[in-house]
Amino acid sequence: MGSNNHCDVLVIGGGVVGTAIARRLCRYQLKIVLLEKEEEIGWGTTKANSGIIHAGFHSPPGSWKARLCVAGNRQYDQICEELDVPFRRNGLMMVAQTEEEKGILQKYKQQGEENGVEGLELLDSEAAHRLEPALAPHIQAALRAPSGGIIAPFELAIAQAENAAANGAEIHTGQTVTSIQCKNDCFLVTTQDNTRWQSTFLVNAAGLFADDVARMCNENVDSIVPRKGEEYVLDQRVGNLVQHTIFPVPTEKSKGILVIPTAEGNLMLGPTALELPYKDDVTTTREGLEEILSFTRRLVPQLDRRDIITSFAGVRAGSPTGDFIFHRSHEGRGIHLLGIESPGLTAAPAIADHILELLQEAGLKTVEKGDFNPRRQPVIRFKQLSDAEKQRVIEQNPLYAHVVCRCETVTEGEIVDAIRRGARTVDGVKFRTRAGMGRCQGGFCTPHVVRILARELGKSPLEITKRGKNSNLLMTPAKEFILEGGIVSD
Amino acid sequence: MAVIGGGPAGLAAALAARKAGAGHVTIIERNHELGGILQQCIHNGFGLHRFQEELTGPEYAYRFIPAVEADAAIEVMLNTMVLSLTPHQENKAKDAELGAGPPEPITSPAWHEIKAVHPGHGLITLQARATVLAMGCRERSRGALNIPGTRPAGVFTAGTVQRFVNMEGYMPGKKVVILGSGDIGLIMARRFTLEGASVEAVVEIMPYPAGLVRNVAQCLEDFGIPLYLSSTVTEIHGKDRVEGVTVSKVDENWQPIAGTERYIPCDTLLLSVGLIPENELSLGAGIPLDPKTGGAIVDENRQTLVPGIFACGNVLHVHDLVDYVSEEAEIAGAAAARYAQKIAEDLPRAARKGPETNPSQLSQVSGHTRSTRYCVVKAEAGIRYVLPQRLTPGRETDLFLRVTEPGESATFTLNGLRLARKRQVRPSEMIRLPLRTRHWEQLQKAAGKQALKELRLEAEIVSSPDKAPGKESREVKENNDREGKEIPAGSNHSTATR
Repeated sequence: MGSNNHCDVLVIGGGVVGTAIARRLCRYQLKIVLLEKEEEIGWGTTKANSGIIHAGFHSPPGSWKARLCVAGNRQYDQICEELDVPFRRNGLMMVAQTEEEKGILQKYKQQGEENGVEGLELLDSEAAHRLEPALAPHIQAALRAPSGGIIAPFELAIAQAENAAANGAEIHTGQTVTSIQCKNDCFLVTTQDNTRWQSTFLVNAAGLFADDVARMCNENVDSIVPRKGEEYVLDQRVGNLVQHTIFPVPTEKSKGILVIPTAEGNLMLGPTALELPYKDDVTTTREGLEEILSFTRRLVPQLDRRDIITSFAGVRAGSPTGDFIFHRSHEGRGIHLLGIESPGLTAAPAIADHILELLQEAGLKTVEKGDFNPRRQPVIRFKQLSDAEKQRVIEQNPLYAHVVCRCETVTEGEIVDAIRRGARTVDGVKFRTRAGMGRCQGGFCTPHVVRILARELGKSPLEITKRGKNSNLLMTPAKEFILEGGIVSD
Repeated sequence: MAVIGGGPAGLAAALAARKAGAGHVTIIERNHELGGILQQCIHNGFGLHRFQEELTGPEYAYRFIPAVEADAAIEVMLNTMVLSLTPHQENKAKDAELGAGPPEPITSPAWHEIKAVHPGHGLITLQARATVLAMGCRERSRGALNIPGTRPAGVFTAGTVQRFVNMEGYMPGKKVVILGSGDIGLIMARRFTLEGASVEAVVEIMPYPAGLVRNVAQCLEDFGIPLYLSSTVTEIHGKDRVEGVTVSKVDENWQPIAGTERYIPCDTLLLSVGLIPENELSLGAGIPLDPKTGGAIVDENRQTLVPGIFACGNVLHVHDLVDYVSEEAEIAGAAAARYAQKIAEDLPRAARKGPETNPSQLSQVSGHTRSTRYCVVKAEAGIRYVLPQRLTPGRETDLFLRVTEPGESATFTLNGLRLARKRQVRPSEMIRLPLRTRHWEQLQKAAGKQALKELRLEAEIVSSPDKAPGKESREVKENNDREGKEIPAGSNHSTATR
């Protein structure tokens, strides 16, 4: 605690961008450290992200967004194969509801082609409805982008972090940066428990708080624009209603409210885009729900609110300029990523490549490691195994035969795997295994997950939290409370 | 014969099947013990009808478990989770890699295939001639209600809390608001109070409590817990843990009324807002469900529209009384046993015909032909749902139904013919109407030469405007002398099924 820990590159922020950067850098002989303030990786904006891998026709040619989105998109097949992250290239469809919107589709097609997007095609009403019979009858035309895809963003961030750690990077969660001293040749970074890091290079990928972190370095940056988005998840029973991710024609503010078939087979509706003056409002609202339902039902009339199984909200770090900002400081040794809003997820691998270039320009020596392994150890997903594979894993470990999450068929073996891979909380288990994401939303499995976490971590069930800090699920042993007098004496 | 689920429905079905002559019955239960949800229901009031005693949940279960365990022909597979149920028409070639598969090739069309998993035995494939579904139900969650606000720790459904408190021995909170006045919410209000916590309020969206009057008295009034009717939780507050909820009054369309918001500080929000039959396996098996019940469409034998698959208990429709669950399960279990025996007797004939045997030939084997025209029973005005939804004309049976609203009295008619009149009807209390030969004769007479295809059940409900909700006559209290329903009656919010 008293002395400084040393590293070559310190990455602040463990979202999908920060972890992509850490992974990109750890193939070199460098000491890489990543600090994430939440209890688990990806719990800032990343976990509320829609998960769409964009094609790249939304952004103006020459912009960072356009360039990095297209470059990033191309890498996803390889990345997801290496990291064993479920990914579907299901394609996107931007649909036109009016004659005027039809013309706008043409503009986006041209823009996309200029950006290097491949496979864009304009479909007339008949063709669009043939591909997507659930589309509203009044849809006149569609721009189809087969290169679009869908992913679980938190799974990607977790996988990137795991792979970076396996290759020697140090990933620390629960570490909030409280101050940064910028010296001539290094940065001194202190966290909330007085852990100190001394790093030659600093990459600020702190997302919503990147402007605050930049100001800790005395950099004068424009503030990010917090923009809240709500999302509503529908039962897997209706997951096949559409195949492509359905977009409306966008507005100035956002790409619009979408109908998203998720990587895991649900349907998701959203996001809204509400600008806020503060960064920590993650509430879902009645107004948000009604806005989303009325909007999406115009595109896909069959959508039924009774199929909603859960909802959530997150806040984006909106860019003050409308494009990604790579703010450099301290002769380039400091790089601050500001306003990595959509298509930030898609661009993440290309952003990582770009950050590497910037660091090299600023003097980072990059000597390749001989033993870099880009592959993550495959994750066992019991539900998806064939009968023979199921039998095999059960023979190795009978815990794979104890189904804990009934709705998603998640076994105790997978939950223990998740804990061994770093899950510390109920949500940590949930985001890694999907236990609790099904129809009953954890009604059945939560007591089991708590028990397993307690056992594996050597803690009392009373210490187990939903997502760290004070989010304990249980308060007191049952009989002790009343014997002590109960609430009256509390 | 297989029984999926070893709770009250599965136990009674297995015993009844054996009594009806089934040679071998397998109960497949995911838990480490039999008894199902009863094991966590430590309050009493079960079995008043069946045993004339007020038993706790486990005591009621133990009226069945010893007989099951003592019967060598009932095989109990604990810690075994069924992954899929495939009716015979869709049996595909078995996984060649699996090795030890079923002892004979699946050419007989009469088998249902059940895939399950068990820590010791691994992946198991069972073949059953008849299957009884007894999987129970799950709870409606916060996500399904779209309660706005944050997502802190401390929001639980009542059954999850019941398990934590009664089985694991932990209190999830100390200051609780309960949404939903169904019986399980009321029971947990009392349980929390007895364990030393403070129940700040029970909030109910309807203008009347959902649970039994007796429970309102014994769980809320006796402990001074306020009950807010025509109200709902409109926002959840708190960052890491629940810090409070906003409660608002609602109008006749259940929409919150602006300006009526109240903030109630608390650390726990308990949801008791409806049960949903757990029909994952049924969906996978292609068994048609009734959207009004959330369970399978069945006939008087509780056979679904897939021959040889039967359903009973909460998986079929959400019950108030476990006594009725046992009775229904006995119907299903006995019928399943008879079905399985018929198949066995006629098996050589069916097998000779080979795998091309088509369903209509099979149904002849089962003694239950498709040419037997069912009557379709329809729930019309005043009826939330009625079961069975299919009837073999002329067969005496009982109809089970729920009304759409409470009333001082209700007159039930079938195709316009008066069936019965009941006093003090409530949606939360299932009603049983006998259908006897004389009724069939009257119905057929009214239909003349036409075959009876449809039975439309209606209820004309007379509401009681001069009686405040919750106050009922002494006579009714004595008539309704049952309590401690372990599960909430239907749903307080929209249909029971979603």
